[in-house]
Amino acid sequence: MSTTDKTPPQRAVAKTKAGLDRRTLLKGAAAVAGAAAGSDAIRGFPTVWAQEIKDIELRHVGVSYSVVQAIGDQAAKDLGFKVTMQNLDTSAAINRFITQPNTVDIADVEGWQAKLAIKRGVLQGIERKRIKEFDNFLPIFTKGELNGHKIPRQGISPYEALYIAKKDATELHDGVADWLTNIPQVYNADSIGYRPDLVGHEVTEWKELIDPKFKGKAAILDVPAIGIMDAALCLESAGLIKYGNKGNMTKAEIDFTINKLIELKKSGHFRATWTTFDQSVNLMAAGEVVIQSMWSPAVAAVRVKQIPCVYAPVNIKNGKEGYRGWCNGMGLMKHLTGKKLEAAYEYLNWYLSGWQGAFVSRYGYYSPVPSTAKKFMSAAEWEYWYEGKPSPEVVKDPYGVPMEPVGTKRDGGSFIDRVTNISCWNTLMDEAAYMNQRWNDFKVA
Amino acid sequence: MTRPTRAQRPAKTPETSGRRRDWLGWLYIAPLVLVLVPFFLAPLLAVVAASVFESDGFGGMTPALDLSNYWQVLTSDLTFNLYWSTAKFTFLTWLFSLIIGFFVAYFLVFHVRNPLLGLGLFLLCTVPFWTSNIIRMISWIPLLGKQGLINEALLKIGLIHEPLEFLLFSSFAVVVAYVHQLTIFMIVPIFNAMGRIDKRVVEAAIDAGASRFDIMRLIIVPLSKSGIALGSIFVVSIVMGDFFVVKVMSGGGSASVVGAFYEDVGVLQYPKAAASAVILTAVLMAAVGLILRTVDIRREITR
Repeated sequence: MSTTDKTPPQRAVAKTKAGLDRRTLLKGAAAVAGAAAGSDAIRGFPTVWAQEIKDIELRHVGVSYSVVQAIGDQAAKDLGFKVTMQNLDTSAAINRFITQPNTVDIADVEGWQAKLAIKRGVLQGIERKRIKEFDNFLPIFTKGELNGHKIPRQGISPYEALYIAKKDATELHDGVADWLTNIPQVYNADSIGYRPDLVGHEVTEWKELIDPKFKGKAAILDVPAIGIMDAALCLESAGLIKYGNKGNMTKAEIDFTINKLIELKKSGHFRATWTTFDQSVNLMAAGEVVIQSMWSPAVAAVRVKQIPCVYAPVNIKNGKEGYRGWCNGMGLMKHLTGKKLEAAYEYLNWYLSGWQGAFVSRYGYYSPVPSTAKKFMSAAEWEYWYEGKPSPEVVKDPYGVPMEPVGTKRDGGSFIDRVTNISCWNTLMDEAAYMNQRWNDFKVA
Repeated sequence: MTRPTRAQRPAKTPETSGRRRDWLGWLYIAPLVLVLVPFFLAPLLAVVAASVFESDGFGGMTPALDLSNYWQVLTSDLTFNLYWSTAKFTFLTWLFSLIIGFFVAYFLVFHVRNPLLGLGLFLLCTVPFWTSNIIRMISWIPLLGKQGLINEALLKIGLIHEPLEFLLFSSFAVVVAYVHQLTIFMIVPIFNAMGRIDKRVVEAAIDAGASRFDIMRLIIVPLSKSGIALGSIFVVSIVMGDFFVVKVMSGGGSASVVGAFYEDVGVLQYPKAAASAVILTAVLMAAVGLILRTVDIRREITR
């Protein structure tokens, strides 16, 4: 998997120096001195440390939209040790963290997975004061709010799953603490994607997805834990039910939701369901469906094919609608110690230092530390991706491929507009087993 | 596998033969045991053990003798629906792959005069199987889609005015993909069984005035039984043990037995998933047992 394998050791060291210089220049010596994470070691870095760390390998394991090879390669280049990125689907990933924790160094977890992994004791707490950019984190993650707006806690919000009381705690801690379960690194607000040419009007409400006029032309996400949330957003939007907590439904709420889905399926409503990014892109691009729950980069991928596709702005109105948020963070596995642990902290800090933030921003996700990402983005890019302004130049994806022409405005508006309109977060319900079983009822119906 | 041990076999002397035979017997089966125990029996036992453990709902398991997992699986309508849907796909795939496989093999053995050409054509049958199943499966999607080749063609000739929707993301698509993937597993054993039919028997039947249909019914089918049975075992066990084709080709509109317990694993419900897996293994063993009961493969093969 790792392309860093191909780098001869000498070159790796040379690159380390270069990378370090660049980082030092960027951040200034003060930033380095102020940080706890091996900062003394960094001063002597070029000689001793570089020799010692080049044999270190960090295995960063998680889903493909969060654990990206290009980011690992850049990290390896800047830091001088080996980083191996390994991708698994969501359920395979959590199963691996739980059942084979020693085969993973950095676990890429969502909030609910962090909760689970902490409970199972496979993660070690991350020392808050060793995270240099911690104070620059958006308060969504650290305090559960943004601009005085309380971020809803339906489902498992990143804030809710962020803190633990001590290094080896097995329960989450409500409220700010010195130990963290994971370091948020990428997140987004999911909504509906649609073909404006075939739908014919603007979509701003989830209920459009289950509107009979899209019979046989709609699709829904088939990852039960997430799909049911999208379904819940639709049903609530249509005024059919009001959930106590969409992210933690009661059995009765689950039954209502699934029965409704079955009813819709039996009337031929859903053309298909999708589980992977590619599937959702192909469904839309081939015209198999005209509206479906969708991820932002998937919408962009459809548009790259010159096919019109819009990422619906589903802002909260009258206590309904809103985006379904998710956030992936990096957890340190319990077995990390010594130099490898130091390297892992270096890696976490590198992630927040901006390069990665800018990279993921270019495909439509966000960095929890936008202030550092901004340094690695052009003014035009920043305006387009974060401020929701028309792009003054051609928009390019992270690999430099042109995506949108000059003057394009991002769907859903500014970053603040999006994230303050998140109404629920990806989750693992208490009744997950029951929900799964009922979801399968929907599948075989 | 037993060849090396056979080569080492010492000369038999009458006095020691009893004991030594015991010892040798074990040596003969040792390679198979060494493979089967760690890679088949042990995991199977682990699954059986897990199936009666108690789950804490968060991926933790406590040893117990808890049969409620089985009870839950066996008493739910979902299980019945899943097996019904899986059985439907299995039966259809089996039927079509059998018909196609049988006639392809028949053609290669009895109609191609030159045996070398027959073998060549047989190898040609395997060419599509040099690519991965996944590619062979997804390549149907652009063909069957709403804007796919078939629909476009039919629209152009004017046979239809609206794209046919049943072609893709339907049970039809699932069966097409399975038949495409698995027919080779029918062709190979049936070809092999037919190849060993003495052609003189067929000639004798013709001389005696038997019709083509009689030859097929009374000679070829009975003598190909072992191949049909082996092919059926492959097809049935692969379809019942698969969930990916169903998931992709039905557009997620159908579920399968294995898919359902994969979802259970996804939410860390190991004991329940294990119980479903044990039940599926039992069902499969019963299905294979049934096939073997109709055809005594050992006798047919050593014939």
